[in-house]
Amino acid sequence: MEILLSIAIGVLGACGVWLVLRPRTFQVLMGLSLLSYAVNLFLFSMGSLSIGHEPIVAPGRTADLAHYTDPMVQALVLTAIVIGFATTALFLVVLLALRGLSDSDHVDGEADPS
Amino acid sequence: MMSAFLATIAAAVAPWMPHLVVVPVVLPLVAAALLLVIGEGRRGWLVAGSLTATATTLAVAIALVAWVDAKGATPAIAVYLPANWDVPFGIVLVADRLSALMLAVTAGVAVCALVFAVARWQRAGVYFHPLFQLQVMGINGAFLTADLFNLFVFVEVMLTASYALLLHGSGRSRVQASLHYIAINLVASALFLLGVAMIYGISGTLGMADVAQKLPAIPAHDRGLLYAGAALLGIALLTKAAVWPLNFWLVPAYSVAAAPVAAIFVLLTKVGFYAILRLWTLFLAPHGDSAARFGADALVLGGLATIAIAAVVMIVSRNVRRLAALAAMMSTGTLVAVLGFGSAELLGGALYYLLGSTLAVATLFLLADLVERARERGTDATADEDIAEPPPFSFDGRGVTGHVNLDDEEAALIGRPIPIALAFLGLTFIVCVLLIAGVPPLAGFLAKFTMLAALVGRDGDAVSLLRWAVVVVMIASSLVALLVLVRTGARYFWAPQGRAAPRLAVIECLPIGGLVAAVVWITVAAGPMLRYTTVAAEHVLDASEYVQAVARTRAVPSPTHDSRPGGGAVR
Repeated sequence: MEILLSIAIGVLGACGVWLVLRPRTFQVLMGLSLLSYAVNLFLFSMGSLSIGHEPIVAPGRTADLAHYTDPMVQALVLTAIVIGFATTALFLVVLLALRGLSDSDHVDGEADPS
Repeated sequence: MMSAFLATIAAAVAPWMPHLVVVPVVLPLVAAALLLVIGEGRRGWLVAGSLTATATTLAVAIALVAWVDAKGATPAIAVYLPANWDVPFGIVLVADRLSALMLAVTAGVAVCALVFAVARWQRAGVYFHPLFQLQVMGINGAFLTADLFNLFVFVEVMLTASYALLLHGSGRSRVQASLHYIAINLVASALFLLGVAMIYGISGTLGMADVAQKLPAIPAHDRGLLYAGAALLGIALLTKAAVWPLNFWLVPAYSVAAAPVAAIFVLLTKVGFYAILRLWTLFLAPHGDSAARFGADALVLGGLATIAIAAVVMIVSRNVRRLAALAAMMSTGTLVAVLGFGSAELLGGALYYLLGSTLAVATLFLLADLVERARERGTDATADEDIAEPPPFSFDGRGVTGHVNLDDEEAALIGRPIPIALAFLGLTFIVCVLLIAGVPPLAGFLAKFTMLAALVGRDGDAVSLLRWAVVVVMIASSLVALLVLVRTGARYFWAPQGRAAPRLAVIECLPIGGLVAAVVWITVAAGPMLRYTTVAAEHVLDASEYVQAVARTRAVPSPTHDSRPGGGAVR
């Protein structure tokens, strides 16, 4: 599971970085989204990776990480997702505004060289 | 007299401590919500509400400064538990000398920027006032919070408000600068989160004071992870502080922002500096055989490079707004470079420098707006002066054609009155130049002199090569800034182009005059101010008091029962 998660984070992160460095605004947007997924998964992995465990204390089971998963990182990821969603939406609006103003989807608003 | 006044305030607010700590965050938030409800149609109510909220925030910030200062040399730290959870579990807000000082600077600049915006800029787009309040809330929260993830949230609030404010006034150049600004800050935020996650993974906690307490117990083989996490956080914060090579976004974004927005943006880079200072001193105690904290050299070299690059770019810039943006960059560069040495004397001078330079750069942004408007009325404004104008230092006689009074007809010029508006602009510009370049007699000089004296040390101290490098770069950059700003001033205010006198509204001169008055006051009260900043620096560098003050805070017991999930369990 650790291997699977680290591969997923690595692939998402690498694709995100590559896309962020592309010259088209939509590619940058997708890159930023992928980067934030990678970061969220990473944040998740900093808690305790476990399958079938819940973060809420149930009666009759000792409250330690052997029986439960860390609720803290879940709360953090949730907040990070909300913030990331809002800023990505804002970026999308600015992207469309620039496209409307410059008739180009280049990040510098330049005309297509081709 | 001043100290007696502050003591009176401190005594008056003492019963409300520590609850006063949360006001700089809650008040702008409530104000923003109310301003949204009032709506764009009722401009008078909007202005009244926004001004009242910001002025109250300023009053609270001054009260906090008075309270922390009233204890003399002993550490005065107000700890507030917003949700009344016990310390390691809940979010904590902490106001110490440094936080209170930053709050006061923020509120002062915010009031002036807001008054300036009332004259013209608030009409350039919608929702200026709510966004402005949220911006102030984000900055204040970042200065107050003592929780790592909460710091991330407040920085995001601040940045999201700044994205929208940067777009205020719209136009192609703003939208384009905004796109780059948002993209870079989103990447930086991703790095910030990675850093927070790694610190949490190592220490299992997010409270800054709690992390600081747990870090000494970290096994040696995990210290690499700690350094990696700290470095990621550092990269994110250095991006916000605009330290080379992470600063290429600053000049395009700040120079196109509306003037009051740019003035409040000066504080955003200071948030980066503040967060680095706070986290660096809390998390990275000197370890092993090295007496310096992890990353000290990187901070010094990065700061030096920032100052040098800002100075070089200044030489080829002529636009006043661009110069102001570069001055902001130079100011943060100086702060970060000086921070790296970790000496209280030096840092005390740097915090005093922060006061003067922040106010000066904010004034320059406001002034630039008036100057450029005056120019546009007189001549055909060129969109990009840096391209349209001849290269700097070339005296090709531009603007010296026609009726020019060089030598012969000198009599005609004597006794010609300078329009009062032009005189006002010119004089305030001179004040800004004196402050930014660090020339006597204003606060800029005192601050730079204090820092240089602390860098060189006393007789017989061995001065390292790095310290000499900082001395040389600081003096050289002052010289460049002086030359460039004087050149710009001469071109704007002395060039005989026969243009009409600028027309200024009183409400636009008021905030500029207020900022200049504040700067003069800082200069006059340099002694108490430097004492305050030096004590603040000592308490930041020796974080133990901060950690203990947070650790010994207990949640207020519930009056009816004690069955809250956090409160009852922890003793």
